[in-house]
Amino acid sequence: MAAARHEICAVALAEAFRGDGEILASPIGVLPQIAARLARATFAPDLLLTDGVATLIGGVPPVGLGADAPVPVVEGWLPYRAIFDTVWSGRRHVVMGASQIDRYGNQNIACIGDPARPKVQLLGMRGAPGNTINHPTSYWVPAHGKRVFVAKVDVVTGVGYDRARALGPRASRFHDIRRVVTDLAVLDFQTPSRAMRLASVHPGVTVADVVERTGFPLIVDEPVPTTRLPTDHELRLLREVIDPRGVGAREIAAA
Amino acid sequence: MRDKRIRHDEVVAELRDGMTVGIGGWGSRRKPMSLVRAILRSPVKDLTVVAYGGPDVGLLCAAGKVRRLITGFVSLDSIALEPHYRAARERGTVEVSELDEGMLQWGLYAATLRLPFLPTRAGLGSDVMTLNPHLRTVRSPYDDGEELVAVPAIELDVALVHVNRCDPAGNAALLGPDPYFDDLFLGAAARRFISTERVVGTEELLTDAPLASLRIHRGMVDGVVEAPRGAHFTECPPDYGRDEAFQRRYAKAAADPAAWNAFYEQFLAGTDDDYRRALEGGDA
Repeated sequence: MAAARHEICAVALAEAFRGDGEILASPIGVLPQIAARLARATFAPDLLLTDGVATLIGGVPPVGLGADAPVPVVEGWLPYRAIFDTVWSGRRHVVMGASQIDRYGNQNIACIGDPARPKVQLLGMRGAPGNTINHPTSYWVPAHGKRVFVAKVDVVTGVGYDRARALGPRASRFHDIRRVVTDLAVLDFQTPSRAMRLASVHPGVTVADVVERTGFPLIVDEPVPTTRLPTDHELRLLREVIDPRGVGAREIAAA
Repeated sequence: MRDKRIRHDEVVAELRDGMTVGIGGWGSRRKPMSLVRAILRSPVKDLTVVAYGGPDVGLLCAAGKVRRLITGFVSLDSIALEPHYRAARERGTVEVSELDEGMLQWGLYAATLRLPFLPTRAGLGSDVMTLNPHLRTVRSPYDDGEELVAVPAIELDVALVHVNRCDPAGNAALLGPDPYFDDLFLGAAARRFISTERVVGTEELLTDAPLASLRIHRGMVDGVVEAPRGAHFTECPPDYGRDEAFQRRYAKAAADPAAWNAFYEQFLAGTDDDYRRALEGGDA
């Protein structure tokens, strides 16, 4: 079976959770949600997932069905207070979006322009400072481009590797940005300087495409591998079980 | 037990210019909207508002009631950005202390426990520290010597919270999936007011609720306001969900001054009874 781009992204996002064990996966966004469910249905069966409100849910329920969605099996109760406890305990892996991200993984979701009087107000700090200093974080960027991948973010909401290093080894010991998945590529920080590296390009994308659409110098170790394709089993799960209405594709199209 | 039932305007009469007011709920969820509307109708101004913000913050900003806001976000949930808040920020008309969501909880908890601060890692390395220069760090007195953020207590003059059920003395049941941080808003405040979908007898509190839903007791409450649909248009499960159509209309009106004036006159200028009548008018 031939995989579409959003399905390749879903698998690349699912791979972020590989090896995480019995911790809370908090995927923010449609494809991250699809990815976390795919990971749990395959190689990361112990992940804990919520319904996005206050309930831990069992099984691999579908996304995007709205009122037609089956009532999921309830595993437990996780109101915001318990989520904050989980964040600070470190037993969580979040996938956040980023309106801006720089070469060390500093993320901005707060505003564009001067924070005293922003040109564009965005989401605010939300939980990004606490997430990034306490537990593993990955990012999902559905439209890889120079508006997002910038030399300097206007506000640091999620902490990057240069900021973490400046805090010293003790304060930064739980800081861990795993990967950045975009519609073009997978990026990580597995470099001596902890600057962002091009880890793989999605099938059909060239290294030059990614470099050109990134607003800072990426570390590129040639040859850059190609992002792995979904297996037939993963594609069947995506199309028949997790995302039967194909809502994941729209997240890239809309970006 | 004292009967603490009062009217909306009696709550608002306790507010003074410049006070710090904490508002319970989260985003567009179980917000004490009828009390917020009562503030809109009052002359009070220059408030410092503390909230996990939703349309409560948006309305107060639009009405020019807010001098300073302490928050982690202001969102309508199904509409990511609160339009009035966005406009107030982009015009620079409100001073904002943006904290990490967990830091806000910690500040309210410190105030509840009468501590000057509580320590956390959240905020370290982020611009929460640079944009809030009043924040300090503290070093662990133990062998680890770790440096942590000392989140200062956020003391409130007044807290406003909306609940599902409440007896006349202020013993209250939260029946929805998340109690949010309402007990901490009440704990952090000098004067504490709750609005309720329905006032019930004390002996009825547990007829449709488990013991663990009684998150608020009368020792935490100074006044009770009966306000059916008091959280509208935010959600108040299991009594009602968010009125998404009304929220869309609110957001659309907020984008245009003339449309907003019309919306204000139709829904916000009158009393709580007027509001319910306007909703029943059918064109909401």
